[in-house]
Amino acid sequence: MIPRIYIPADSGALALGAEKVARAIEKELKERGVEAKIVRNGSRGAYFLEPMVEVATDRGRVAYGPVKPSDVKSLFDSGFLTGGHHKRWLGAPDKIPFLAKQTRLTFARCGINDPLSLDAYKSLGGLRGLQNAVAMAPADVVKQVTESGLRGRGGAGFPTGIKWKTVLDTAGAQKYIVCNADEGDSATFADRMIMEGDPFVLIEGMAIAGIATGATKGFVYIRSEYPHAVATMNKAVAIARKAGVLGLNVLGSPNAFDMEIRVGAGAYVCGEETSLLNSLEGKRGVVRAKPPLPAIQGLFGKPTVINNVISLASVPIIMDKGATFYKDFGMGRSRGTIPIQIAGNVRNGGLFETAFGLTLGEIVDEIGGGTASGRPVKAVQVGGPLGAYFPRALFDTPFDYEEFAKRDGLIGHAGITVFDDTADMLKQARFAMEFCAVESCGKCTPCRIGSTRGVEVLDKVAAGIEAEKNLALVTDLCNTMKFGSLCALGGFTPYPVMSSITHFPEDFKPAPARVAAE
Amino acid sequence: MTMQAASTEIASRTAAIIDEMKGLEGPLLPILHSIQEEFGYVPKDALPVIADGLNLSRAEVHGVASFYHDFRAKPAGRHVLKLCQAEACQSMGSDAVAAKVKQLLGIDFHETARDGSVTLEPVYCLGLCACSPSAMLDGEVIGRLDDEKIEEIVAEVRS
Repeated sequence: MIPRIYIPADSGALALGAEKVARAIEKELKERGVEAKIVRNGSRGAYFLEPMVEVATDRGRVAYGPVKPSDVKSLFDSGFLTGGHHKRWLGAPDKIPFLAKQTRLTFARCGINDPLSLDAYKSLGGLRGLQNAVAMAPADVVKQVTESGLRGRGGAGFPTGIKWKTVLDTAGAQKYIVCNADEGDSATFADRMIMEGDPFVLIEGMAIAGIATGATKGFVYIRSEYPHAVATMNKAVAIARKAGVLGLNVLGSPNAFDMEIRVGAGAYVCGEETSLLNSLEGKRGVVRAKPPLPAIQGLFGKPTVINNVISLASVPIIMDKGATFYKDFGMGRSRGTIPIQIAGNVRNGGLFETAFGLTLGEIVDEIGGGTASGRPVKAVQVGGPLGAYFPRALFDTPFDYEEFAKRDGLIGHAGITVFDDTADMLKQARFAMEFCAVESCGKCTPCRIGSTRGVEVLDKVAAGIEAEKNLALVTDLCNTMKFGSLCALGGFTPYPVMSSITHFPEDFKPAPARVAAE
Repeated sequence: MTMQAASTEIASRTAAIIDEMKGLEGPLLPILHSIQEEFGYVPKDALPVIADGLNLSRAEVHGVASFYHDFRAKPAGRHVLKLCQAEACQSMGSDAVAAKVKQLLGIDFHETARDGSVTLEPVYCLGLCACSPSAMLDGEVIGRLDDEKIEEIVAEVRS
């Protein structure tokens, strides 16, 4: 048997030098006259171990990481092609604690094989959900997704099945499935990982959505900051089309469904669903007022399902194993699993898919292993740039849509950024306002003007000018933005700002007092 | 790419791109991306050609092209360096990274070095948030930036 070496081609692994490692391994194989097959897989998401190289042996996979090009010679000397011991030896990848503790449903296949091998996809249960769906009545598919309890993983948490039912029940000569892959929130990379590491699961999920709602055309709107995801998705769509997964007869059934990959152009607000639709139509990415809901008048005015990547990629397993299987994971009204992305100043950063319900403290301290800098954790921002900053005092909050809302936070797309005690929360609050000002689409006044005024007022606080009065003004401004903005950009920017003020008041004290306090 | 094409040539190459893509549903963004790929920026002279080809007003086309951060109104340097400035990278010192890069290159964000070697831009998230601070150089991703990597990048864009 020719040895197989797996070297990730995921962006995260590439950013940490996977390409140089691959070249070093190729060179070493050549020099030693050893024959081996190199497979470029996705990432399993343990980024603190990337580039993580795996070797297929008689006793299963053996992982090594993080591998540097300078490790390659000694890896060969240690007999790594047969799983030999080395300082980078990690053992069986599924036994690595960070990975072993996860419940992988949506990401079950991500990072294991060549993402563009449809055979590998099928060998690990791929396409079974779609096969079941083509044999069912559309209403039954929608019912199964509704019963699974799946809620929009983009952040809003709206029940996916109910959205689909509206589209199914709305008459239209043409309907669309739009996948929101404009993953602009800092600390999130789940969409990118699945598109680069298991693209067929997204294609399968979109095809199921098409069959369930009567839509025959899909679009994936991917942000331009993700060139590798765009390339992988384009290739995967071509392969799926050739194999009959997409086309006039999906898996040989009478159902037609095809899709296109579209690329965004650097506007954060296009992650908001209605501005994404405008962007796809070739317009400025300006937010639309709702109603009408996109499910009734969406892309080009036609009934449209618009779902996040992870929502759609979670559908195949629901259609394969059933609604009950999925629903049995989780807590309260948050059912199933959620890919938590642990990022920023953290020791063990990466993607951790698990059932809802872990506490924030368990995620940050136990799984994340505390800060990368070794300093105490001061704050964690949950849910991206529009999410609240939580102090340690709130680390008992369970990861659940409602529990976070109760504490004036949100889980959003499930990204967590860890900050150590060097973070200046006034600076973070100012950044939130500044970011909103730069990225505002300009449609509504509270967001467009409020964010700029917010920066100015926070600058006054920082300069110690009537701090108390100006903080009261910021609070009032946040209230206006929260309730007066059309979409989540202006409406949620108050979350990071107000949580900083509420939980870290010492950082907002006038400058002289702050110096004196230190 | 730093040589700006003559306006008649811009018009004919733009028209060819439009012909190829106007059958798409919602073709304007794909067309603008193709034009930027072709010329390295979206030339002003291309806008009326697009408006004509898609039966839009010039104002509409200008409105779209200027809305999105990606579309450049003038050519970039030979290299484009994007530094992530979003929260996850902030938590790992992206401010200091940006300050150092700006100092070494002698330019600020949104500027191009006088010798045309490099354009420096901020970017808000590359999805490398567990490998912060991160950057993108000509489409290649770089994570866990430190002084050594910064110096390598600067040497590369200067060569």
